[in-house]
Amino acid sequence: MRLQKNTLLALHSVLEFAGHPERHISAAEIAEKYSVSAHHLAKVLAELARSGVVESVRGAGGGYRFTGNARRLTLLDIIVLFEEFAPSAVERGATDAMTPVDQALGAVLSEIDENARATFGSITLATMLRLIERQQTSAGGERKPG
Amino acid sequence: MTQPRPREQPAGIRAGVFPDSIEPIVVRPVRRADLDQVIAIDATVTGLEKRKYWASVFRRYGAGGRSEPQFLVALVQERVVGFVIGEVRDWEFGSPPCGWVFAIDVAPQARLGGVGSRLLEAISASFRRSGVRKLRTMLARDNTLILSFFRSHGMMAGPLISLEMDLEE
Repeated sequence: MRLQKNTLLALHSVLEFAGHPERHISAAEIAEKYSVSAHHLAKVLAELARSGVVESVRGAGGGYRFTGNARRLTLLDIIVLFEEFAPSAVERGATDAMTPVDQALGAVLSEIDENARATFGSITLATMLRLIERQQTSAGGERKPG
Repeated sequence: MTQPRPREQPAGIRAGVFPDSIEPIVVRPVRRADLDQVIAIDATVTGLEKRKYWASVFRRYGAGGRSEPQFLVALVQERVVGFVIGEVRDWEFGSPPCGWVFAIDVAPQARLGGVGSRLLEAISASFRRSGVRKLRTMLARDNTLILSFFRSHGMMAGPLISLEMDLEE
């Protein structure tokens, strides 16, 4: 399972915001932390703002602030903002134009997709933050998400 | 035995009578007198009353004969508001002994008060006392709510994969 670069960047950013809901975090700060261009990141943050996950705060000390509900927002909610995670033709039952080989391969790929969807759809940001905390504890370091 | 499917709802989903309640939650082994309330909770959630089924679950998992009871109920104000059922299974699917949670359920009006978490903690403690160090459960992958509940407690995908097929006539 590979997520697109924008999706991964969105997940990193959202976890950063959700981990510090009281802070306004600038795009430049996140861009520097993840070594991406501010221009590239701006598109991702704009989409997150459009969907109501974060809000943009203008002016001195401005930036972005988490406005979602970390106990309800799942990884899948973020992922589908950036890439298609729609049911396959096999899952939709639209197999008329498919060869038997297509259908058999489609069934296997659907199985993988369904499990991926169930996994992403059941992990909330709050659960992710706890998971990150546990990883940090077990690593014994001060590593931040990412 | 037909395994009841976990149906507890994760905290944060629906407000209830005891949201973030300061009422103490008591968790203890089930008693025969609790069964009517357990059956009522199950019937409320599933829409089916399964009295015979619950009598057999009580005989198998209720108090009596087991060193560590695995059918626990949660009470608020002396009213049963939830239950959890599990069992330690030895070498099933080739795995060393581990604790399995078969069912966890909380009355809809008592959700959001930490009842499910208390039940899961209690049965985990019971399994630990039995000497096992692994907790497992199985549920439908489209049951996002209960999946989220278990994941919020740190559960991750295990090494087992469930498989099935239709049996031809």
